[in-house]
Amino acid sequence: MLRYIARRLAQAAIIVAIVATITFALIHLAPGDPFSAVLDNPNVSESVRETLRAQYGLDRPLPEQFVRYVGALSRGELGWSFSHDRPVSEVLGQALPNTLLLMGVALVGSFALGILIALIQVARRGTTTDHALNGITLLFIAMPDFWLALLALLSLAYWLPIFPVGGAVDPVTHDYLSAGGRIVDRLYHLALPAMTLILLASASVARYQRAALLDVLPSDYIRTARLKGLTERQILRRHALRNALLPTITLIGLSFPALLTGAFFIERIFAWPGMGYAVVYAIGTRDYPLVVGGVMIGSIMVTLGSLAADLLYAWADPRVRNI
Amino acid sequence: MAPLLSIRDLRTWFYTESGIAKAVDGVSFDVGAGETVGIVGESGCGKSVTALSILRLIQPPGRIESGSVMEFEGRNLVTLDDEEMRKVRGNRISMIFQEPMSALNPVFTVGDQVAEVARIHSGLSRKKAWDRAVETLGLTGIPAPEERARQYPHQLSGGMRQRVLIAMALIMKPALVIADEPTTALDVTIQAQILDLLMHLQKEFGTSILMITHDLGVIAETTSRVIVMYAGEIVEQAPVNELFEHPHHPYTEGLIHSMPHIGHDQARLNVIPGTVPAPTSWPKGCRFFERCPYSWNLPAHEHPPLYDVGANHISRCHLAREPQRRQDPHPPLVVQEGVDAA
Amino acid sequence: MPGPTPVSATSSAARPRESPLALSVRALLRKRSSRIALVVLAVIVLVGILAPLIAPYDPAAQPDIVALKSQSPSLAHPFGTDPYSRDVLSRVLYGARLSLVIGVLATFVSLTFGVAYGAIAGYVGGMLDAVMMRILDAFLSIPRLLLLLGVLVAWPHLSIAPLILFLGLTGWFGLSRIVRGQVLALKHAEFVTAARALGASRRRILARHLLPNLVSPIAVAATIGVGHVIVLEAGLSFLGIGVPQPLASWGNIIQDGADQVATLWWMSLFPGLFMVLTVMTLNILAEALREFYERRS
Repeated sequence: MLRYIARRLAQAAIIVAIVATITFALIHLAPGDPFSAVLDNPNVSESVRETLRAQYGLDRPLPEQFVRYVGALSRGELGWSFSHDRPVSEVLGQALPNTLLLMGVALVGSFALGILIALIQVARRGTTTDHALNGITLLFIAMPDFWLALLALLSLAYWLPIFPVGGAVDPVTHDYLSAGGRIVDRLYHLALPAMTLILLASASVARYQRAALLDVLPSDYIRTARLKGLTERQILRRHALRNALLPTITLIGLSFPALLTGAFFIERIFAWPGMGYAVVYAIGTRDYPLVVGGVMIGSIMVTLGSLAADLLYAWADPRVRNI
Repeated sequence: MAPLLSIRDLRTWFYTESGIAKAVDGVSFDVGAGETVGIVGESGCGKSVTALSILRLIQPPGRIESGSVMEFEGRNLVTLDDEEMRKVRGNRISMIFQEPMSALNPVFTVGDQVAEVARIHSGLSRKKAWDRAVETLGLTGIPAPEERARQYPHQLSGGMRQRVLIAMALIMKPALVIADEPTTALDVTIQAQILDLLMHLQKEFGTSILMITHDLGVIAETTSRVIVMYAGEIVEQAPVNELFEHPHHPYTEGLIHSMPHIGHDQARLNVIPGTVPAPTSWPKGCRFFERCPYSWNLPAHEHPPLYDVGANHISRCHLAREPQRRQDPHPPLVVQEGVDAA
Repeated sequence: MPGPTPVSATSSAARPRESPLALSVRALLRKRSSRIALVVLAVIVLVGILAPLIAPYDPAAQPDIVALKSQSPSLAHPFGTDPYSRDVLSRVLYGARLSLVIGVLATFVSLTFGVAYGAIAGYVGGMLDAVMMRILDAFLSIPRLLLLLGVLVAWPHLSIAPLILFLGLTGWFGLSRIVRGQVLALKHAEFVTAARALGASRRRILARHLLPNLVSPIAVAATIGVGHVIVLEAGLSFLGIGVPQPLASWGNIIQDGADQVATLWWMSLFPGLFMVLTVMTLNILAEALREFYERRS
């Protein structure tokens, strides 16, 4: 087991290294100076340009630039954000916890909802409920994230003003609220974006889990469970689910890219101050380092998520754990 | 003494796209308390479906037809509701399958899985159920049962897994254990051990065993009475010695003669030519007609009933009426390409 | 006793080998759900093709930017007008055309690249395979949208052709893994060893047997891929870095109305509905294809 962990960590490190190379290539493959947009901008002061030149060594040969880049990365330096006039790592560092909150809640919520839907579908195979849920999950998988977010905003924040229109906290009253009130305020603002992301993500979890359950049901050990006198529901919940959850753990790792992408759009539409919001804003201002920094961090998140899922799987499956 | 299990006219039919497959078509037999009864026959004869029917584990498109009766401990198993039937499974009647490799859930310890049976049926606490599971595992000859109980199925050998399944089947001390090919998937040396174990446990607990197999050797070793099934019906039933010494039905004859004997020089194995007819269209007359070396015109159109042919010995063969035909064997109507009739 | 009689050769009627296209179409016609989906998709495609003929107005025309702008749906404009007084229905119809074309072309690029990459990695094997796979893993760990953002920020104001190219170049990762798996499985398959023992060259065997085995994953990947690109392109256009204005794509239309989402609700609703319908039918078809091929193998 320890060897497996070590191996996976090494793999993750290699992947991050390659991603760093890819982002470096992205920066330098672009036509002209990577910061031509910036350097042409009269609002950027000369001192910033000189810092940039020095930092990126734009006049040095490419391999040396790469080494400096990697060095900077390992120190956690992701460059300078022009639109915020602050280091990228600072901007993203502030924004990241909000994204993590949103993604975390969505991850837990979507898997809980997805597994529940799958259980219902399998327990009532072939009935109208099954078919209806099937159609609903198909619908939500096909839905573009930003579209559902727009509709959610329209219907539950504008037409029926149940939820706030955006932001993470109430801009006016938040600081004057009690500690409890502040938490409620945050939850209130988190609700709609989180629910939207949960709805979107749970559809594929539900379909995946349903397939996994149906895969497991004809197994011999399920037949053994029937022989023992268990009810169908007990068999489903205790024996089938426990086995069918294993591939779902793998799904957790695989769902990070989609969750992150979804979070990007949802943050944009709900003005949720996370990494997605910052990056999307940076596109408009052509703040290149911020965007590339976001790519780097996003990719690290995905790698770590996948790693965590693999380790969780190794722990959960006794066949892997006890080798 | 009243039999423990009394099956009368059991019919289990499968409603498929290509017709109704009458897998079990009017089977009647008894199992007495403490008895070991064997059901022998080739694949497709209906023996496994019979076993599954007893425990009402037939799933659609299969169905136990009305009119079937399975009397057990004063009740008809066919008409019990689901709740009551579940109380019987694993508790009063249990079953052992042939695939120990896959019959255990890979994510639970074996101790948990055995203890689960006790928790369901006797409401024992986790601890007490666990202790009882360990005890039963020990009874099945597993060394160091407390440690083994904490292991997972993939950490055990095939023989040990089968012992775990036996423990699962016996932990509630059922009145009847159905063993469906319990040793087929095991190595020969382990087979003997497992059979010995079953016999030993039977004496200990006084359980009846319904031994389902295609292996006549297992029948000879373990059973006291044998039922031969063919094409969804019982074709012969007799005490085990009587069956081997004086087989009546030509199918039984064929089965016994096809067993190779060690020390016996044989140029070619004896086979019964032809194959079992399709269960969606059983022949009108005798179902063995095409493959029978004694056939004549009567069995072609008249379905034979079960005749009395000796002490506790019945046979579904018209030879009981015209025994002289046995002197006149001929190549059966069906002759496989490239294979001569024995 | 006479020896065994020679077994008569059982002759199986020779079945004409179906082309992959015919096979896929047959797969799609089996279930009722996929038949319906096929019809709906055909209608959408037809709408896209016939857009110039059936659109009531010119999608780029801005007839009266004062009086006709931002009108809610009416008989004259069933999908309303946008802030530039363009008819939304016409733009949605033309959007079908553009989004579908982008989807198909980009997916084509993805398929080509994916099959080539995977086949080379699987066939050559060894060190090259290991390196190629690690690079693939790295690309897989960057969410497709992020990768596109990184590229598109570097190349601002892209026209349609490079956009399609980049969309395609970011969508081949999964397929190449599958193709590589197939090639590896074939390389070590027993019948290959047997055939080589009879003198056939490895390359010839692979060429003959590889393609039929690839039909299934390619067909499924293609169908799903088009849906993904449509949604992705819409997302990019929504963010302002996709299809350039004033061209009409479904994402563009939504973007035009995004600033005043509450008042211009029709600009969000209708293009989205079309998108959902298209992607849903594509997913249903992909599912049908996958089931069909799984059952065959």
